[in-house]
Amino acid sequence: MIDAKRRLLLKGSLGAGAVGLAVGAGLLAPRAVLAAWPEAAFKATDTATALTDLMGSDAAETSDAVKIKAPDIAENGAVVPVTVEGDIEGAKSIAIIASGNNTPLIASFDLGENTLPFVSTRIKMAKTADVVAVVQTDSGLLSNAKSVKVTIGGCGG
Amino acid sequence: MASKIKIRAKSKNGVTTVKSLMSHVMETGLRKDQQTGDLIPAHFIQEVTAKWNDQVVMTANWSGGVSKNPYLSFKFNGGEPGDTIEIAWVDNTGASETGTAEIK
Repeated sequence: MIDAKRRLLLKGSLGAGAVGLAVGAGLLAPRAVLAAWPEAAFKATDTATALTDLMGSDAAETSDAVKIKAPDIAENGAVVPVTVEGDIEGAKSIAIIASGNNTPLIASFDLGENTLPFVSTRIKMAKTADVVAVVQTDSGLLSNAKSVKVTIGGCGG
Repeated sequence: MASKIKIRAKSKNGVTTVKSLMSHVMETGLRKDQQTGDLIPAHFIQEVTAKWNDQVVMTANWSGGVSKNPYLSFKFNGGEPGDTIEIAWVDNTGASETGTAEIK
């Protein structure tokens, strides 16, 4: 009886114990364990919800330290090259958002200890919209946006 | 032998730049099959893990919004020619692939 309750209590503590054990044993880097695929964030249909689900907050400060390189006009919305770079201390992760997509959150990159705040990839954009990059640091979120015109939508439509 | 993950890693001035290209359809689940009119099911890479020797340098979470045959580039401080870069992905069907390369 008591055991069942204990088990429930232990389970209920967000598995923090298990994580702690694994981390202690050096088996898993904290980020690898805690980053289960953030389904809610990826399914969110607006940027604010996506960011809150992903990073715990949508209060991002616009900052020129976050540089977004993306074409002014994307010929093919299915393949839009985006590079996010920042001269930012303590950057922990970077999120790329296409604000005109049904589900705006495209990708999130968790940076290792020695990893620079730089990431480059290619994304799908449904229509002309802002590409928003959000960098998460210990002291908060920094973001910037760049408008990209899309001539042919990127979701096969 | 065509690898499903192509990796180029170069070290310069103490910074290693990694460029990779992965083969994957990255279906959003929103496209319709032209012939049948049915929705093509979502099939995309969800998680990518990049390691330098045994250290995880990046984990990425992706949606179907990343383009087909995803390109990914990142940089980190450190890395010597000969060190190993490993990139592995897992997609929403549970399939996975791993590729490795040496830093040049």
